[in-house]
Amino acid sequence: MRFALTTEQQELHQVVAQLLGDACTPDVVRAGTGSPQADRLYAGLVDLGATGLLVDEEAGGLGLDENYLVPVLVEIGRAAAPLPLVDTLAVAPGLLSATGRAEDVLAGTVCVAADPVGNGLVRFGSRADLLLQGGWGGSGVIRVVDLAGAQREPQAAVDPAADLQRISFGTIIAEIDDPALVRTAWLRGVLGSAAELVGLSRRMLDLTVGYVKERQQFGVPIGSFQAVKHHLASALLAVEFAAPTVSAAGYALATGDEQASVAVATAKALASDAAVQVARATLQCHGAIAYTTEYDWQLFAKRAWAVAAQWGTAAWHRDAVARALGLPASGTSPAH
Amino acid sequence: MDLSWSDSEQAFRAEARDWLAGHVPARPLPSGDTAEGFAAHLEWERALHADRWSVVSWPEAYGGRDASLWEWLIFEEEYYRAGAPQRVTQNGIFLLAPTLFAFGSRQQQDTLLPRMAAAQDLWCQGWSEPGAGSDLAGIRSAAVRDEQAGGWRLSGQKTWTTRGAFCTHLFGLFRTDPQAQRHHGLTYFLVPLDTEGVTVRGFDRLDGDEGFAEVFFTDAFVPDSAVLGGLNEGWKVAMATTGSERGLTLRSPGRFLQAADRLVELAASNPESSTPVLTDRVVRSWMQAQAYQQFTLAQVTDIVEERPTGARSSLNKVYWSELDIELHETAMELLGPDAQLDSDWSRGFQFSLAGPIYAGTNEIQRNIIAERVLGLPRK
Repeated sequence: MRFALTTEQQELHQVVAQLLGDACTPDVVRAGTGSPQADRLYAGLVDLGATGLLVDEEAGGLGLDENYLVPVLVEIGRAAAPLPLVDTLAVAPGLLSATGRAEDVLAGTVCVAADPVGNGLVRFGSRADLLLQGGWGGSGVIRVVDLAGAQREPQAAVDPAADLQRISFGTIIAEIDDPALVRTAWLRGVLGSAAELVGLSRRMLDLTVGYVKERQQFGVPIGSFQAVKHHLASALLAVEFAAPTVSAAGYALATGDEQASVAVATAKALASDAAVQVARATLQCHGAIAYTTEYDWQLFAKRAWAVAAQWGTAAWHRDAVARALGLPASGTSPAH
Repeated sequence: MDLSWSDSEQAFRAEARDWLAGHVPARPLPSGDTAEGFAAHLEWERALHADRWSVVSWPEAYGGRDASLWEWLIFEEEYYRAGAPQRVTQNGIFLLAPTLFAFGSRQQQDTLLPRMAAAQDLWCQGWSEPGAGSDLAGIRSAAVRDEQAGGWRLSGQKTWTTRGAFCTHLFGLFRTDPQAQRHHGLTYFLVPLDTEGVTVRGFDRLDGDEGFAEVFFTDAFVPDSAVLGGLNEGWKVAMATTGSERGLTLRSPGRFLQAADRLVELAASNPESSTPVLTDRVVRSWMQAQAYQQFTLAQVTDIVEERPTGARSSLNKVYWSELDIELHETAMELLGPDAQLDSDWSRGFQFSLAGPIYAGTNEIQRNIIAERVLGLPRK
């Protein structure tokens, strides 16, 4: 038993954190998906081998597992990187082998987005070359869609940095119906979003802790007030107890645990709830300064709200776990 | 990350499970917070001790098994899973003992620990006073030097002393330097409750059990050997115990994993009183119990690898205490009108409400988290 990253996992985590710290500043998030800065960020991640993290070594990847993936996606969340990285790093591996495009992803010439719902609403859509459509809940069919020549309509969205597009008329180049592949792709998408949410939550907390130490009212830093302390302590509690469930879910997937789907659902439910709670608490502790698009908090909060609702909401995953525990489930969640 | 158990840990689990299966009383014991129930629990404690299960993580010389922290967690999981009785000795073995191991003289350890493990000496905590609760440094009970007799004379009053009416010994904080302010000038004393000048009055908790006591000291004499740690260093010594109380040792994950599983069973066996909203709450609590378990595994890894957890033990305390209330409130709703009956659930519900108060209120814990984990300014 050892519930901590190995030295190798830590090293990968640190090198990715370093890259994102340098290449994914809030200015880069604002510059957005189609910007040269975002392209440089993607190239940097590709250089580190990130797009091949879960790809077998024989296929040119790093041959690593979800234990490595989780800390990397936590950092990607912390930076609010304006690219479909959960989809490209976590969901795509294993799904593209029949399409002849897997090498392009490894080489960084292709970026992959996912649309598990299948309604054509795609985040970071202008950067997506391939779309993985369908597979909601880990069952059914995932269509691999080539987006060259597809129709893309930008959507007005809560988060302008999300580059939300309605995409239609792509070319289906493969249909994945292997239940194991579809299930794994779904679970990795859920896990990846949960990891992103942990990073986003930590970033909002860091930003706020820094602010309340500096901001003075009544002649003292507002962080000295008990009401502010208690908001932030509660927010920290939510993150600190969600984060280990994400690591444990990564381990469960990496080791082929048959309970992995329950672990992953638990991680996403707790990470989603934590992120929404942290967003609310950190806005309140900032006061009006955070209630503006000029301040950076909104970049992380809006991303968090969106990711909390992706790949199954907290309530949806609780419903799935209810079913797994033998309780009456009411929603559309799948049998685990 | 390696979340698997070694062969020897699995063997330890199997041995614990077998023993518990063969020894846990078939019918639940009466509450250990009553005179009758306490006596029944002492028999249980002595059965645990006879087969060296009362203090698994202690050295063998003191009645333990030299079990690792991991094995201790395993034992706790099995203990709660087996539905074994509450530990009426817990304030000694989980709160005082870590302090004795850290600060006690060899003689204190050799004398006190074996008797504690065997439930011969039964320890209660004497910290809070009528005027010193959350503001613990406001302690007024005093110890005055008696040079001639070679010891100290204690006076004052302690209160909220759990199971004080049934215990034999008290560990407590007394002011030894009247000139010193606040947390300076306090000393940690170990006091037999049959000492002349000590009076104990039990009183009822919210659930009606005589689980509380107040303890009065009138010129009660204790020798120098009753001091634990250095003179006037009681605060430092005591804070080592609060870490145990808030953190791992008082509330291991096994307790909440078992409660969450019982809650799931309750919901599954009462479909007529369940609703989608209640099911959602059951699952939320179940998930939080898993989270507490995972958090603890990470924390034990830190401890084993000598990364101090420090004020992070306050995170445990707030989380488990609020989870415990939510678990029991959900159970009360599932029980509907039956919730008004005296039962394990209704007793557990009442007891859960004390969680955010004892071991340092959750308001104090949130201050600690904000100041010492997040680094916010004290003033």
